[in-house]
Amino acid sequence: MGAVDSTPHNRRVLMAKTGLDGHWRGPTIVATALRDAGFEVIMIGMAKAEEVVQAAIDEDVDLVGLNIGGHVDVAVRAVESIQTACEGLPIFAGGVVPPHAKRRLEALGVEVYPPGSQLPEIVDAARRLTNTA
Amino acid sequence: MTAVNSDSLFGLDVIELLALASQGDRRALAKLISAAERGNPVPGIPLDNATSSEQFCIGVTGAPGAGKSTLVSALVDELIKTEHSAAVLAVDPSSPISQGALLGDRIRMQSLATAPNVFIRSMATRNHKGGLALATQTARRLLQYCGWPLVLIETVGIGQVELDVVKTADIALVVLTPESGDEIQANKAGLMEIGDIFVINKADRPGADSLRRDIDSMLSRRTTAYRPLVIETVASKRIGLEQLVDGIGIARQQLMESGAVQGRRRAQLAAELEQQIARDLMEALERFSDGQAFSELLSLVASGEQSVSSAAASASRQLLITRE
Repeated sequence: MGAVDSTPHNRRVLMAKTGLDGHWRGPTIVATALRDAGFEVIMIGMAKAEEVVQAAIDEDVDLVGLNIGGHVDVAVRAVESIQTACEGLPIFAGGVVPPHAKRRLEALGVEVYPPGSQLPEIVDAARRLTNTA
Repeated sequence: MTAVNSDSLFGLDVIELLALASQGDRRALAKLISAAERGNPVPGIPLDNATSSEQFCIGVTGAPGAGKSTLVSALVDELIKTEHSAAVLAVDPSSPISQGALLGDRIRMQSLATAPNVFIRSMATRNHKGGLALATQTARRLLQYCGWPLVLIETVGIGQVELDVVKTADIALVVLTPESGDEIQANKAGLMEIGDIFVINKADRPGADSLRRDIDSMLSRRTTAYRPLVIETVASKRIGLEQLVDGIGIARQQLMESGAVQGRRRAQLAAELEQQIARDLMEALERFSDGQAFSELLSLVASGEQSVSSAAASASRQLLITRE
């Protein structure tokens, strides 16, 4: 009875919002699509960097999805905290991400899906990042 | 390195993870819970003094939308004033279609999000029936082995028959709301039979008084020694939480003194033991079915020399003898 690591339903994704912008619609749509693709999606809503880190550790997630609202510095701080605490944990991001912010996040190894990205594209990314593609 | 995606953490095995987790390493604890969720055995969690342990487990159950998560969050806030630390296992349903799940209990527990003395784990049922995940009990044992004195288990929003929490937890809180129904509902079997404490949440809404009367009237016909408490709360406004904590203390003391909690723990251990024996026997059978002795028996049955039942009886004897 080994680990059933090839089935996506064991994959856990943490969805969090950084910054102050209150929209929760985008992450909810993505979360629902990921659920329908067989992921277990843990929602924590608006969260500070240390809250995301604590949840990522306790929930033992395979992927973190950040919805970027507000200033990119906040998102960068969250990404750096996660990468320090959880080495190798993949992160992807969405939300209103201007080009300069996108470049900064990508430089940290974060895959960025700005508005206009298609859900299948995001689900594929989640599968690939959690080795379930 | 793929450590984040596997059961191993920096290449450690379960035994090493257990050692780390028991020293307070949350990462190791989280990995072990994941291993249990994947169906991997977590061998030999020592159960220290299992039936009379001071470590305590509170089950919180009730209909969807009754406010369980909000109540658990407020309750943990109140409990850690005296209990030092508390862990929460929050169970939500998996989709039977996609096997995926949206686990949203943590959103309502944000005020606990970074408290070092609070551990929250969201668990999907993975289609296990009964209102809990299959691994919930193992997760509870792991938490207690790692020294968490208090574990709260929040079930999925349940109907009247998903009552596994009663077997798993030491005491059960049943959360109701004024909207949850009339006297007939209060007298139905199932949910209303398992509460050690009935919490009327959202008690500032119309109908709280009549719900209380219905519950009181139902309880007055009970013949058991322990009389469940009825406590009103408005969890979102933090009203009634001190009374609830006091009530839990009273229920805990009474049910420990009467031996009821110890009895429940023993019954739970018996169920776990049975399940483990069943799994072991099933594995032994699978090995036996692949072997020479099985094909010989099969030939005897096929040729009509033995009936299925006599061949099975002989197989059972061989199986039990060859088990080491």
